[in-house]
Amino acid sequence: MQLSVNFLGLMVFCSILWTSCTVDDKDLWTGIVKPAHFPEPFFKVEVTKEGFELGRKLFYDPILSRDQTISCGGCHNQSSAFTHHGHDLSHGIDDLIGMRNSLPIQNLIWHNSFFWDGGVGHIDLISINPIENPVEMDLRFGQAIAKLNTDQNYREQFKSVYGSDSITGSLFLKSMTQFMSMLVSADSPYDQYLSGNSNALSAEEIEGMKIFESKCASCHSGVLQSDFAFRNNGLQEEPFIDDGRFLISQFEQDKGKFKVPSLRNVEYTYPYMHNGNKNSLEDVLHHYRFGIKKSSTLDSLLIKNGKLGIELTDEESSKIIQFLKTLSDPKFIRDKRFSEQ
Amino acid sequence: MLNLKYYFYSILLLSSFTILSCHKHDDDDLSGTGTLEIEFDHKANGQTFAFGQDYVNESGETMQFTEFNYYVSNFSLVKSDGSVYTVPKDECYFLIREKADGVNTKISLSNIPAGDYKEFKFTIGVDSLKSTSPAEQRTGALDPAGEAAGMYWAWNSGYIFVRVEGTSPAAPLDPGTNSNKFRYHIGLFGGMNSPTLNNIRTVSLKDKHDDVAEIRKDHHAAHLHVFVDIMDMFKSPNAISVATNPTVHASPFSANLANNYMDMFVLDHIHN
Ligand code: HEC
Ligand code: HEC
Repeated sequence: MQLSVNFLGLMVFCSILWTSCTVDDKDLWTGIVKPAHFPEPFFKVEVTKEGFELGRKLFYDPILSRDQTISCGGCHNQSSAFTHHGHDLSHGIDDLIGMRNSLPIQNLIWHNSFFWDGGVGHIDLISINPIENPVEMDLRFGQAIAKLNTDQNYREQFKSVYGSDSITGSLFLKSMTQFMSMLVSADSPYDQYLSGNSNALSAEEIEGMKIFESKCASCHSGVLQSDFAFRNNGLQEEPFIDDGRFLISQFEQDKGKFKVPSLRNVEYTYPYMHNGNKNSLEDVLHHYRFGIKKSSTLDSLLIKNGKLGIELTDEESSKIIQFLKTLSDPKFIRDKRFSEQ
Repeated sequence: MLNLKYYFYSILLLSSFTILSCHKHDDDDLSGTGTLEIEFDHKANGQTFAFGQDYVNESGETMQFTEFNYYVSNFSLVKSDGSVYTVPKDECYFLIREKADGVNTKISLSNIPAGDYKEFKFTIGVDSLKSTSPAEQRTGALDPAGEAAGMYWAWNSGYIFVRVEGTSPAAPLDPGTNSNKFRYHIGLFGGMNSPTLNNIRTVSLKDKHDDVAEIRKDHHAAHLHVFVDIMDMFKSPNAISVATNPTVHASPFSANLANNYMDMFVLDHIHN
């Protein structure tokens, strides 16, 4: 006991010493800070500065792909809130085209499943998916870990962060989780408004928010604009090109359903939808008003009295779009801590 | 009535003495803990299983196997008096792989409270809690970068419970490998926050002569010899044809295979 207290004291002392000579005071390590207006996160993640930095290095390193050509950051660009800038279907290794539009990486600890179809059920397990995907990075997970183990720099860095002589799959995944969990976007004008700054939104934007709340928020609910359920919002006719959640659950009633996406930073994350076939927010609103396709699993919220779609005037749609742009968090996409170093 | 009951009990007691006395342990010390060993002995149509041999399934198709792996977990053991001992979960996730050398895989469950056990239950696969657990809880047989390679779906995060592959002249030509391959990868634990198909199946084994496993401290392990007949995977009620269904991964059809393979485990005998 005495020993551990001493040890702890030493650690605290060292870290004070260390921070004081390397970074200035405003950069003192805080870990993940839950924004006051956010709900409790679904995943509780411990993040250390060193673990976060190691995760960041891995995120931007093409060593995780078969032929060293593509990193996570190659498809998840910070300037687009960590989605694949300008691509409808992501390009991966050998320029192969994936089946789906890339998703932003932000506020992940509030999600309870990952990817459009919710195929991954724990935040730690995310990275295995792109690494093993033949059209993304195309390596067996074990091979990726073996590759890291042949890299002396990584061995030393893992050792200094975790005290472990070899790099295990679990330590690698924990590092990725630490980096990705830190990507919290919560400083948009909308957030400032919710935090009590009533001038953060214009009158029109507030009107747009009210219309959004009555017309869209039954699915895009809460401060993250998602109920995280799987729903069909009328993009496809049957037979579906992409069965979505069905591929995971194998339940007929899940065909054509996808995870309701958060709309944070939506201004930066175009193109939209799982298939990337909506290029602008105008296209999205047009879809909800006039483009809903009927199918057996279409969400019942998108049919009113036998009529397909959400009833909105031109003016209401443009106000919704103005509101959606208040979800943009320019600090998030420029935060140096999240960039390749 | 009462008399009869006592009479009955005393016979029971007497006979149990006689049974015990013909066994090797005459100590009746039921304190402490002991070990249960389970041997998985692979068969095909009742014959000793080997890779590369021809076996004929119920649909009359010849099959040769190249892979036969499965997970067993979540053991619980029922004593003669009906009480149940649940083996602590984290100690009992085992990946059983048929190996080219044909040596049977044995697993050991230790720290089992001493007693006589008549029924042995386990899960084929990996439960939902473990399937959605954080990375640090995926060690040994559950490490996707290690032993679990090939037994884990990255895109549908969960373990493949049973993986069987091979070739058959009845299977269509697979352009990737230019051979007549069949592949059965059965998984799906039922989901955590949103439900999925649930292919977790529980097996319950008993000795056909009602023999019990005698777990004693300071004694060598009691030993269950379990036959696992791979051809039961293809048998009625859901006869599987390699020609019609050469590849089954995550699909609604996979439940048919799960319902078949839950019967492939048979407790042949117990050594004490
Ligand atoms: C070839 C491009 C590509 C690469 C490389 C890539 N991703 Fe992705 N990522 C995608 C696409 C496309 C999706 C959406 C796919 C889907 O949901 O089916 C996605 C989705 C995600 C999501 C899901 C977010 C959510 O809200 O559910 C996360 C997290 C993620 N990727 C992390 C990573 C990490 C970590 C790496 C590196 C190990 C990586 N990606 C490498 C293209 C890529
Ligand atoms: C019935 C539930 C539902 C309603 C109501 C709904 N959405 Fe959606 N929304 C979804 C789903 C599900 C998706 C993802 C669909 C897909 O890609 O297959 C989505 C996708 C989006 C996207 C694309 C986001 C991205 O990152 O690709 C935007 C933008 C959007 N919705 C805005 C709105 C607006 C604005 C409204 C109200 C006019 C609205 N939604 C109403 C369910 C809904």
